[in-house]
Amino acid sequence: MATYSTNEFRSGMKVMLDGDPCNILENEFVKPGKGQAFNRVKMRNLMNGRVWERTFKSGESIEAADVIDLDMEYLYSDGEFWHFMKTDDSYEQVAAGSAAVAECQNWLKEQDVYQVTLWNDDPIAVTPPNFVELEVTDTDPGLKGDTANGGTKPATLSTGATIKGVPLFINIGDVLKVDTRTGEYVSRAKT
Amino acid sequence: MADWQPLATVAQLQHRAQLLGRVRAFFAERQVVEVQTPVLAQHGVTEADVQSIRVDKYGYLQTSPEYQLKRLLAAGMPSCYQLGPAFRHGEQGRLHNPEFTMLEWYRLDFDHLQLMFEVADLVDKVLGAQPYQRLTYAELVGPVNSRPRDELDLAFADACASLSPGRFFITDYPADQAALARLNSDGTSAARFELVVDGVEIANGYWELTDVDEHRRRFDRDNATRQARGLPTMALDEAFLQALAAGLPNCAGVALGFDRLAMLAMGANNLSQALAFRGT
Repeated sequence: MATYSTNEFRSGMKVMLDGDPCNILENEFVKPGKGQAFNRVKMRNLMNGRVWERTFKSGESIEAADVIDLDMEYLYSDGEFWHFMKTDDSYEQVAAGSAAVAECQNWLKEQDVYQVTLWNDDPIAVTPPNFVELEVTDTDPGLKGDTANGGTKPATLSTGATIKGVPLFINIGDVLKVDTRTGEYVSRAKT
Repeated sequence: MADWQPLATVAQLQHRAQLLGRVRAFFAERQVVEVQTPVLAQHGVTEADVQSIRVDKYGYLQTSPEYQLKRLLAAGMPSCYQLGPAFRHGEQGRLHNPEFTMLEWYRLDFDHLQLMFEVADLVDKVLGAQPYQRLTYAELVGPVNSRPRDELDLAFADACASLSPGRFFITDYPADQAALARLNSDGTSAARFELVVDGVEIANGYWELTDVDEHRRRFDRDNATRQARGLPTMALDEAFLQALAAGLPNCAGVALGFDRLAMLAMGANNLSQALAFRGT
């Protein structure tokens, strides 16, 4: 199994810590002038999203994690698994469980492309693009002509997710551009 | 920004040049002589936590001009300083670079406490005057007792980083961290100090050990530590030991990281903002 030494640590590198794959976020070299050297490392546990801070002695090695991020097309859900297909014409599919899909459920639209993180070929996370376009399936009736005034309302999207901050003029059937990082309305999608 | 561009802005580099001038003026006023000793020399240091960069067929890039400046003092040179590059293998980060600019100076007939005042004067000259506080190592890190050295080093690093804002002298290091300082009369602490400014270690000074046999014992102990850690042992610099045998005058000395001082003068928090380039 490949290992990485602390002096090879770079942000974005995937390593194993306490049995879980982690993504290195920051690596700070710490050394008193006359003392031993350490690396204070911040990493995100890819299984639960938590950020861990660990201090290693410089030169220590830890195991590399076999983690890759792939762009995959979302196909469908059977209620238990969400099925994705590789975009490299191999038609290879993976089935992601609810722990991997997590909040991304709110933003999944068939035939759109998402980033699927595979650990030892198993999907452990699904990341949506920063912006997705989804249809409104339920909201209070639109107020005709009110395109300027400030008021907003919630709206339910085709995925079942409810977003806030939607302008009053939006109707059922409109397609909205949503920022998946904040879960906020951006604009009406241009059709 | 294109890759060929310097890390610091041109204005920052001009500021750095002014600071170099201020340092040289400070020593000229006090009749401390500027000297230049080889950066590439035959021997490296024995210290287990400082790794010299080896240059095949030539020797080592110097981690500090200490041995050579002390040879000059033993030969009759008055108080002197060197301001130039020093190199340490594997030290790279926000506050580290394998090549850095070190200001090291020695004062005849000073002890470490007198030298602390001069360090404060110099830092005031570069950064502007501010009060200094004094802490012992034990006050900073907690009781030393039988805590392992790596735990102490990490606690020390964390504690230094927390000394911000402000200027702090740390004194009374444990005897086994004396490096080349003499021991205080209590026999358990070293006549050594460090200066921390806004959480950044800036300078490390000693009332210098002059006893040649004690030097040999400490060098041998360094090499034993190296062996235990699987590091290469280092040949002793016999020219330095001969100079000590001939007689190093009573003096205190200090090494100061000039790049870090310049970084603080610019209100920056990364060495890159005080460097033209990082070479590696």
